[in-house]
Amino acid sequence: MLRATLKSLLARKLRLVLSGLAVLLGVMFVSGSFVLTDALGRSFDNMFSSAMAETDVLVTARPAIDVSELEGESVPGMLAAADRDAVAAVPGVAEVVGVVQADGARVIGTDGKVVASFGPPRFGANWTGETGGLELREGRGPTSADEIAVNVTLAELSKLKVGDRVGVLTTQPKKLFTLVGVFGYEGGLPGQGPVHEVRFTEPVAQELMLGAPGAYTSLSVTAAPGTDPAALRDAIKSRLGDKYVVQTGQEAAAAIAGDFKTILSLFNNILLGFAGVALFVGTFLILNTFSIIVAQRTRELALSRALGASRRQVIGSVMVEALAIGLLASVLGLAAGVGVGALLAKLAADFSSLVLASISLPLAAVISAFAVGIGVTVIAALLPALRASRVPPVAALQEVATPDRPLTRLTVSGASIGALGAGAIAFGLATSGDAVMWLLLGGVLATFIGVSLLSPVLARPVVSVLGRLFSWSVPGRLGRLNSGRNPRRTAITAAALMVGVALITGVNTTISSADRSLRGDAETGFQADLIISGQESPGVLPTFDEALLPRMRAVPGIGTVTAEYNDQALINEEPSWAAAVTDLPAVVRDLSLVAVAGSLAQPGPGEVVVDDQNATEAGLTVGSTVTVKLPKGEPASYRISGVYQRAPFYGGYIFGTDVVPGMRFPQPSFAYVRLADGADDAAARKGLEALLVDSPEMLVEDKQQYLDRELGEGAQLLLMIQILLGLAIVIAVLGVINTLALSVLERTRELGLLRAIGLSRAATMRMITVEAVVITVFGVLLGVAVGIGLGAAVVQGLADEGLSTLSIPWPAIGLYLAAGAALGVLAAVLPAIRAARINVLTAIAHE
Amino acid sequence: MTSPVIDTPAAGAGAAARAADLWKVYGSGEAQVIALRGVSVELERGRFTAIMGPSGSGKSTLMHCMAGLDSATRGHLTIGDTALNGLGDAGLTRLRREKVGFIFQQFNLLPTLTAEENILLPLAIAGRKADPQWFQTVIDTVGLGDRLGHRPNQLSGGQQQRVACARALVSQPEVIFADEPTGNLDSRSGAEILSFLRRSVTEHGQTIVMVTHDANAASYADRVIFLADGQIVDELLEPTADAVLDRIKRLDVMSSPTARPDGPPGQRTVEDSPSATATGATE
Repeated sequence: MLRATLKSLLARKLRLVLSGLAVLLGVMFVSGSFVLTDALGRSFDNMFSSAMAETDVLVTARPAIDVSELEGESVPGMLAAADRDAVAAVPGVAEVVGVVQADGARVIGTDGKVVASFGPPRFGANWTGETGGLELREGRGPTSADEIAVNVTLAELSKLKVGDRVGVLTTQPKKLFTLVGVFGYEGGLPGQGPVHEVRFTEPVAQELMLGAPGAYTSLSVTAAPGTDPAALRDAIKSRLGDKYVVQTGQEAAAAIAGDFKTILSLFNNILLGFAGVALFVGTFLILNTFSIIVAQRTRELALSRALGASRRQVIGSVMVEALAIGLLASVLGLAAGVGVGALLAKLAADFSSLVLASISLPLAAVISAFAVGIGVTVIAALLPALRASRVPPVAALQEVATPDRPLTRLTVSGASIGALGAGAIAFGLATSGDAVMWLLLGGVLATFIGVSLLSPVLARPVVSVLGRLFSWSVPGRLGRLNSGRNPRRTAITAAALMVGVALITGVNTTISSADRSLRGDAETGFQADLIISGQESPGVLPTFDEALLPRMRAVPGIGTVTAEYNDQALINEEPSWAAAVTDLPAVVRDLSLVAVAGSLAQPGPGEVVVDDQNATEAGLTVGSTVTVKLPKGEPASYRISGVYQRAPFYGGYIFGTDVVPGMRFPQPSFAYVRLADGADDAAARKGLEALLVDSPEMLVEDKQQYLDRELGEGAQLLLMIQILLGLAIVIAVLGVINTLALSVLERTRELGLLRAIGLSRAATMRMITVEAVVITVFGVLLGVAVGIGLGAAVVQGLADEGLSTLSIPWPAIGLYLAAGAALGVLAAVLPAIRAARINVLTAIAHE
Repeated sequence: MTSPVIDTPAAGAGAAARAADLWKVYGSGEAQVIALRGVSVELERGRFTAIMGPSGSGKSTLMHCMAGLDSATRGHLTIGDTALNGLGDAGLTRLRREKVGFIFQQFNLLPTLTAEENILLPLAIAGRKADPQWFQTVIDTVGLGDRLGHRPNQLSGGQQQRVACARALVSQPEVIFADEPTGNLDSRSGAEILSFLRRSVTEHGQTIVMVTHDANAASYADRVIFLADGQIVDELLEPTADAVLDRIKRLDVMSSPTARPDGPPGQRTVEDSPSATATGATE
């Protein structure tokens, strides 16, 4: 039996290759993710341990505001000069270097713009000489207050040269410096990873980066010869107490690398999620392939049953085939995954000037490759195998043994599973807690399976309607009839395409609804004529000099200018965002805020205003007090003086300007501008822009421009998701090719007949193409329908978060349909050529 | 081709199809099989010709070559006034579309189309409209009037073959090639089909060439050509079933196991050499 199985396997090479390819791509995605994140993780390890090579003990302050990576950036704490002296006095300490290092030093390049970073921090630090692997490449270190040195990465990006006068934005407005040196790191590196670095003299770094003279962010301790770092660590710890984190250099390196690895593993999980979608789609392809193989082998299977093979042997023969395909695909997929992972790791390393650690094969990649590859194939083949075992021996003697089975059972189970899925989604959106994620995932999965089971019933009417578009020509009509011929096969092929399209459409619908809702609310609520703001980037909130405010107000045509300052804060121990405004009544007017309780007059010192949603969650009413800790201040009590109704685009705690000194960036990050009646809009805007010349990050925009830019991030997210779901679509297209190739094979005689009675090659190809296009467009239609449903469910579920309107992205959906048709044409190319090349004579004689 | 051709049922109106010195060789070297050895034949317009011969005699190959389904190794072929030699796929497709009709032994119809749609398919492919009068005539001839809306799987084998006959007749081709059209049918259905073919020749002047190994079927023809080992070995005009059977027996007797030289074409002796059975692949 085994030999017969393997022989029949080889006889069906095409199906083997196509269904194997689907698994292979999925496995490649999975193992590639592991290889990539593993290589990057070890590269970060190496980078941080070399950065810490000369540090025996590192003392850091506990974060002033500690938030997880998911919620944002932690606000680092600070050490005082007295702490440094205390550490220096500990026996066994040879040297203490106070380190000042904080994100947010933005250099203005030769083009007048801030040198952008796509995520990595832009550190401003103190010059501590050529320590910690730092090597001067050009010039010297800064020695006076108006001198800086930058790392090679930054020098190259900004095109600045030693001797240039350079503008640098920090927590304070632009200051001018002379670039006196360019430095790199051991091993010819331009920087420690992709970070940008500006080094000031120590007092300047303390003032500009920390806003606190004499403060440090960490202390790098060198042990005296013969002193054990661990012992020294304990000694320092007992001297300083619990206020600070004291680690050996190695521990510190591991801890920092650990933070990066948290992000990497999150990244890995996201990749694996997309790989999962691709594999789910692959399951459809395998299921379809095996169903067809079993149908084609009915007589063969019946014969073996008649000759005495048991049911178990028949199941075994199908499963061995699946196992062989799964195994082969896993091995090849793993190999391809290592290749792709290594390639991506190299690209990432080159892009971020990271020294790439050697590529290795993590055990997780191997295990998951085989588990996933073999598991998916075997599970998908299970149903066809069972069906094969039910072939009665008498089928061997019958002419045609595959009558069209009724779809009732399929339809009923599809409807129930689909309803179950929709129910799980609805329930998941309505509840909260840890189960939500799983409810939603399970619900979406069940919905997909349900719709897939329903799709054969839908296939007939939809395909017949779709096909009418092509029925004007004979090949078109024949193609349409062919695609309606085997609704199960057409449906499952289309369903594979549905999955990817549904996810893309769902995300797009959600984003577009969010966009529309916010825009709608903002359009009516925003009463400011102009908004001054900067694009946020991690760790940096662009600001402008508050000294400009009176000058702005003096620009001709300007009515009012209301400034807003922002930073993170701990409010009743909860990480929150704090805003401070110069004139709350003006903000209330400019943003159409509505009072719920108390007064919305400008909060005095010790007073704060909060939105109703936060108030309810924290149990606050007018008159209650909250404890507020700002990054640079000590905890203080504030009294709620008013509660306003949360607007979809505006909410949170609003303070008076008394909190500004406690913020890291004590400068305005927003300004709402009202023009005077009859003012010249363009002239007023030019006047403001001229004043902001030293703050190149700040933009003067009207409501529309501001919203377009703020909501543009949704489009980027959508693009990313579309790219990552691309593989699922590719696999679905492989499925279409597979189905068509099989159709061509099965209908060889029919094709021969058509050619004999005068159908030309071109018309034959058109016929196959129409069949393909009908399948793919059907798949996209299914996907769009399910996707809109998913999107609508999410919008409904997020109604509380301000998603008030459902907006269906019709232009994009039109695009998906067009793309689906194009994919159909693409998928048809090879099968169509094969069909056109059929030799009429051999086709007629074909059994 | 817009009006029915009812004239000239007689010979001498020119050949509907012609083969001159037709050779067909499969493979090369050791594996070489000669299916046709210089066959020259002329199929008269408006006549019903049967081609007979044992398995491997090359009768199907002859028909396939003459119909433009297979290419000749050597020799000259025409259908009507069109030379087949040198026609590419597009040319052959057009030829089949315009001048040739086919009836095969089995699997003759598209399962997705109704009987009527199957009948009109060649015209639809060619982008032509059926002459309603002629269509009615054809339907009446094959007697399918009440079955036009059925799909092939709702028709019996005989009915299916009648649809195939109607399809071949409806476009009024220069010549209809029928490859064992009754091979899969019981004798009654077979007789029906043969009568339709006969009538279309007699009443409508259609030219038909039929390959068969059934003497009874051949008796419906005006002329029977006997093929053996790739050559025409005999011919019978106005045949009866008995006469055909008789001739077959004689040919069998003539076949002796003596080696036949791969000699020049035109030789009229026939030996059923063992190698001839190898050409069974062309059947």
